[in-house]
Amino acid sequence: MDRRKSIKALIVGSVSTGVLVEACKTEDKKAPETAAEAVKEGAAPAINRMKEEAEHEKEVVSKTFFTPDEMATITILGDIIIPKDEVSGSASDAGVPAFIEYIVKEKPEHQTPMRGGLRWLDLQCLNRFGKPFKDCQQPRQMELVDAIAFPKKAKPEMAQGVAFFSLMRNLTATGFYTSEIGVKDVGYIGNVPNQWNGVPEDVLKQHGLAYTEKELRECYDPTKTT
Amino acid sequence: MGDLQIKKQPKKYDAVIVGSGAGGGMAAYVLAHAGLKVCLLEAGPMFDPKTDSNQLKNPWESPRRGASTRFRPFGDFDGCYWGWEVEGEPYTQSGKPGTTPWEWWRARMLGGRTNHWGRISLRFGPKDFKRRSIDGLGDDWPIGYEDVKPYYDKIDKLLGVFGTNEGLENDPDGFFLPPPKPRLHELMIKKAGAAVGVPVIPSRLSILTKQINNERGQCIFCSQCGRSCKVYGDFSSSSCLVIPALKTGNVDLVTNAMAREVLTDKEGLATGISYIHKDDMQEYQVSGRTVILAASACESARLLLNSKSARHPNGLANGSNVVGKYLHDSTGSDAGGIIPELFDRKRYNEDGVGGMHVYAPWWLDNKKLDFPRGYHIEFGGGFGMPLYGFSWGIENLNGQFKVKGKVKEAGGYGASLKEDYRYFFGSHVGMAGRGEAVANINNYCEIDPNVVDRYGIPVLRFNTSHSDYEIKQAKHMQETFAEILHAMGAVQTWGNHNDAHNKYGLHAPGNIIHEAGSVRMGNDPRTAPLNKWQQAHECKNLFCMDGGPFVSQADKNITWTILALSMRASEHLVDEMKKQNL
Repeated sequence: MDRRKSIKALIVGSVSTGVLVEACKTEDKKAPETAAEAVKEGAAPAINRMKEEAEHEKEVVSKTFFTPDEMATITILGDIIIPKDEVSGSASDAGVPAFIEYIVKEKPEHQTPMRGGLRWLDLQCLNRFGKPFKDCQQPRQMELVDAIAFPKKAKPEMAQGVAFFSLMRNLTATGFYTSEIGVKDVGYIGNVPNQWNGVPEDVLKQHGLAYTEKELRECYDPTKTT
Repeated sequence: MGDLQIKKQPKKYDAVIVGSGAGGGMAAYVLAHAGLKVCLLEAGPMFDPKTDSNQLKNPWESPRRGASTRFRPFGDFDGCYWGWEVEGEPYTQSGKPGTTPWEWWRARMLGGRTNHWGRISLRFGPKDFKRRSIDGLGDDWPIGYEDVKPYYDKIDKLLGVFGTNEGLENDPDGFFLPPPKPRLHELMIKKAGAAVGVPVIPSRLSILTKQINNERGQCIFCSQCGRSCKVYGDFSSSSCLVIPALKTGNVDLVTNAMAREVLTDKEGLATGISYIHKDDMQEYQVSGRTVILAASACESARLLLNSKSARHPNGLANGSNVVGKYLHDSTGSDAGGIIPELFDRKRYNEDGVGGMHVYAPWWLDNKKLDFPRGYHIEFGGGFGMPLYGFSWGIENLNGQFKVKGKVKEAGGYGASLKEDYRYFFGSHVGMAGRGEAVANINNYCEIDPNVVDRYGIPVLRFNTSHSDYEIKQAKHMQETFAEILHAMGAVQTWGNHNDAHNKYGLHAPGNIIHEAGSVRMGNDPRTAPLNKWQQAHECKNLFCMDGGPFVSQADKNITWTILALSMRASEHLVDEMKKQNL
């Protein structure tokens, strides 16, 4: 297989699943529902799954973990942690709340810390401001966030809140930076067929490094055709 | 279960092979090309990287963003079905004082774990076959480097491996494709290595930086070998051995076939394999003039121990009572840090090949050290694809370093936090020592007398422990990592708390996934089940061609040697058949 053909095969391969779904729609009345449903439920049919995984996937998406109130709080907190800025959108723009709902079902060890942490937060707000977090005015919300967002300077009695906020920060960031918006924001530009020819010249210079003659002689260089 | 019966396949094969990974795939390839009729049994489903790989999927195409599951412990995009646990197939531990539970990775798919392996393809050197003669520990192999060299040469050319000829005594030269140029952090590692006396040379991975035939494409430098390769640009048994073997028309592949035992006749010779088909849960028997076990070191030992008969009351080929014994894995201990010089790096695509572009082969003389045997170092770092867990724990990082000139309060949120994630991206570095444990008769797997799997097959029970040799080696690894990290201006962020209390971060046995030694070779039938051709002393038409036959496993990843030995033993089998000895 030559290089051009093999890359073409790759591209055709990734498109074909979509084509298949389209084909199903015209031929079979029952199939499109399942396929469409699979997409809607996040079962991602484009990913290779063995039989047991497909069953597991169905089970995960059949359940709902967070209540609507909890989801509202997660959405507010997520956008405080990752707001829209001059580079990219916010956590909710990137679908982070839905990711958090999914991942706590997939990784049950997060369920109690998240549920309990959200309740801890609401109780703090009820005691201080007479309302749960999501119903407080923004300055009140930020007052509480500031009390738990900085592990080193937070008061000892806020330690449980700090632990919750750290988990929330980590889940939000991992959800955001693995989304299409987040990958672009952080500047990961790989995941495409290409030809590696070493560190760019200007970067080598910046770090005072250079390839040795041995490396230049022995290593793969796509600009040389031998 | 009312109509349960054993279905006998009428066809008699020249060889029945159990397992389609590196060893079984190579055996099927050699035998099929020699014109023999082969039945290949695989316990998992069909898998062809061309159609089934998750290569080039973006993180958001996985609802869990590539996080691991019990089905894919190395992540949602990984190219291996199953891992530390397989549904309905338990294994147990002896639980004796002082033991450390064995962690057993099992792949269930065509090609086995070679679909996702690290492609690190290192020849054993002359010393690696004769360790007892050097340090008095363990045993020498019944063969030497000169016996295996011709097969290493052949598989280098047949399967493709990049690297460089360095003229090192115990890391032999080979037939190498050009290696990729080092990445930025790898150049820094190389420089630091030179400063502290650790040689860092181009890695040796079975990835095609150049095209070698018309069936396989050239590497596309996406760094995702772990997902298996759609263009067959790296070595997997599925793409490079089994699928080509099927094209000869000489191989009948049975997937989802879980082997139960080796069948024998009154003379004690192997006659075939009995297996359960996972699709219909029916019992089958397939017969062959020869039987080749390549189910993984532990599964092959399990099959032998479960194959009891009047002629083989202690299990097949087990008159020596060492089947299952001498089980060992590579040692492993890791550390890592962050390189302030790389903060706020210029972005570019540095994916490269799937794995490190440089590594450090073992470089010291054990006479000056307090442990036997060596280790090599594998390196990681750079701009990896963000996946589940990305920048987890930033609250432990962003208060420690100046970001854009100022120290911030740890943790935080908002636009300032987003700046931090961008600032630190691509500045991490990791090191993994992978070394040789001394094979030991007291480390073993045996049949658990009380437990069966969902197919009614008695399961393995493990009894493994670390010795001081391995612990001292891990200590040395940690000291070396700290030295290299320091020399390259990195700040160590993990591994620095490893000490005597956790055996210096030494991984549990089995965790490095290099299981070997449990069906070893030897000239003396009283101390080894197999002869130097990987043929059972007590059952001449039975062979074992996975990691089981290894007498010791060097500080080298074992796949390249499994392949070379399987080719050697398979060619011997063909010769013996031609001579009517089998």
